[in-house]
Amino acid sequence: MSTEFQNLFTRIQIHGPVYPGVPLPPGSWRAFKGSMKHLFGWIGDTQLGPIYLGFTGVMSLFCGFVAFEIIGLNMFAQVNWDLVQFIRQLPWLALEPPAPGYGLRIPPLQHGGWWLMAGFFLTTSVLLWWLRMYRRAKSLGLSQHTTWAFASAIWLFLVLGLIRPVLMGAWSEAVPFGIFPHLDWTAAFSLRYGNLFYNPFHALSIAFLYGSTLLFAMHAGTVLSTTRYGGDREVEQITDRGTASERMALFWRWTMGFNATIESIHRWAWWFAVLTTLTGGIGILLTGTVVDNWYLWAVKHGVAPAYPHSFPAVTDPAALPGAQP
Amino acid sequence: MSAGTFRRGHLAPLALGALAGALLLAGCERPPPEAVQRGYRGTGMVQVYNPRDFAKSVAANPPPPPALPPAVAEGPRASQAFKNVQVLSDLSVGELARVMLSMTQWVAPQAQQCAYCHNLNDMASDELYTKRVARRMLQMVREVNTSWTSHVAQTGVTCYTCHRGQQVPTQAWFTNPGPHQPGGLHATLAGKNVPLPVNGMSSLAYDPLTELLIKPADVKLTGEQALPAGNRHSLKQTYTTYGLMMYMSGALGVNCTYCHNTHSFKEWASSPPTRVKAWYGIRMVRQLNSNYLLPLHDVLPPERLGPTGDVAKVGCATCHKGVYKPVFGAPMLKDFPELGPPRVVAAPPAPAAKPVARTADAAAGAARDTRGR
Repeated sequence: MSTEFQNLFTRIQIHGPVYPGVPLPPGSWRAFKGSMKHLFGWIGDTQLGPIYLGFTGVMSLFCGFVAFEIIGLNMFAQVNWDLVQFIRQLPWLALEPPAPGYGLRIPPLQHGGWWLMAGFFLTTSVLLWWLRMYRRAKSLGLSQHTTWAFASAIWLFLVLGLIRPVLMGAWSEAVPFGIFPHLDWTAAFSLRYGNLFYNPFHALSIAFLYGSTLLFAMHAGTVLSTTRYGGDREVEQITDRGTASERMALFWRWTMGFNATIESIHRWAWWFAVLTTLTGGIGILLTGTVVDNWYLWAVKHGVAPAYPHSFPAVTDPAALPGAQP
Repeated sequence: MSAGTFRRGHLAPLALGALAGALLLAGCERPPPEAVQRGYRGTGMVQVYNPRDFAKSVAANPPPPPALPPAVAEGPRASQAFKNVQVLSDLSVGELARVMLSMTQWVAPQAQQCAYCHNLNDMASDELYTKRVARRMLQMVREVNTSWTSHVAQTGVTCYTCHRGQQVPTQAWFTNPGPHQPGGLHATLAGKNVPLPVNGMSSLAYDPLTELLIKPADVKLTGEQALPAGNRHSLKQTYTTYGLMMYMSGALGVNCTYCHNTHSFKEWASSPPTRVKAWYGIRMVRQLNSNYLLPLHDVLPPERLGPTGDVAKVGCATCHKGVYKPVFGAPMLKDFPELGPPRVVAAPPAPAAKPVARTADAAAGAARDTRGR
């Protein structure tokens, strides 16, 4: 029996008639009747559908598709429409923002116009999806926790691609659409602005990101490990604490002296996740606009430690008299 | 369920896991990478290298062939004895012959030897382009050994430093016009996103050398002050500088911390002194490209020119060839004072001690070289 609980994957599949969901106010129509899928049962609920898209959902998918096509087809053109090279070079390819000289003007299509257009459609898509999420939660009578959490991620997305470039006065400050190029953007961004690791909001964001993964692992591990005592009936256990709750609580008190409750652990997790992108967005927004060199900022404010010198002191050769540039 | 039993249902996930693991590790370097601490503990100031790759590098960078015995420095000058000696005019006849013979070893050991540059019926003739190029290259070598001790120190350079027995040095570079594009309205590559060895297979600028290693240009990006104070460097420039840094890293077989500290790539005060060497190296390369190589455009035949009709240029890798010091720091100039600063023509005979010392040096050098091979 015990091996059942040690499995990494979902073991229980429920098969039965499709359940269309709770009754909803008029206008909240649902598409497709829904069906049972064994494969989905491996990772979640066996039932697929019914779904709801509505105007915002359809428009969001459409705008997202347009952005995806603009990015993908431009990449495909960059390798001369060669499918093999497209697959081979895909991680390196990108749709680049305009050159710095264009500032915030609308550049020709080849020189950033496509990037601007893809950015517009992607942003519209994301915002429409947010609106759809808000409306769906409302019609189901939910509070807007998920909506605001998604808004926090959108905040970082908008700072990177829209708000900060506008404040800096150039689209060129924005992130390219590409796999390695967006990663190299982060490295270049840190180099240009004097090492982002000295940006306290970047540090907070990392702490919340790593904290999120830690909390996720702790919480999921705790719940799965008490499933045999009914620990997965979390919602009930918030108000009616059973032996599973007591065991989880005691486990963590033994481990670290303190335990979250079944309700508060979810607030911990929600805030950690939300604060990751919220603080991250603030950190990016301040970079270049308010702080130009984070290392020097950290020295100025006593944040950066001074290390003993391991090498003979050197000075900038460019600062010597008569030096070449 | 005992540990030994193995159900069939486990095979598929295990196989999938093994496949995923293999794919994840496929791009990794085979161990053992070794890390050597170079700075204060805990700051990540380490050089990472792999002994296997290092051994390959040692094999690929042999020391120069044993130097010929030193020539007598006294006697008539080369310019008095021969016609049309323009660069090595301050050498004695014996010294000139020694340098010429050494050059065949360094540059054209397999090919026509003297005939690679000279018309054997008229050694003074400049008809072969190779001779005209070689003359300019000799001027360049003497310029490096004279004016750029800030980079080459007393190690100096000879033709061997770059040529290594090849007529055209490996790792000389041409301007890269970028991959062919279909034209039309599609987005340009914006000078990046083409993985090449020059930029460390990154998506950074694919030709940082043309922009930064020919004319004086701005490599620096990071501001001098904490708060914005007119530092207008763009991220676009960062991709180019960063591309150059990746090139230098590959050219020297080192990681960033060979020259930079880990907390502020910009700050000089706590940077390793190697960064100063590299700073002068960048300026040296620019001067050599602008003053010595670009002017050879009309001398070189079309087959020696690059895709955009430009001459082959030098960069860090042309001498270093993946090693932190070219030829692992083997002294070049010591056995060839002829290639050092020009000596005053018709100088009084040198003091007796000097040739003796040189002979001893040369003997020691030759002994070391023999051992090295």
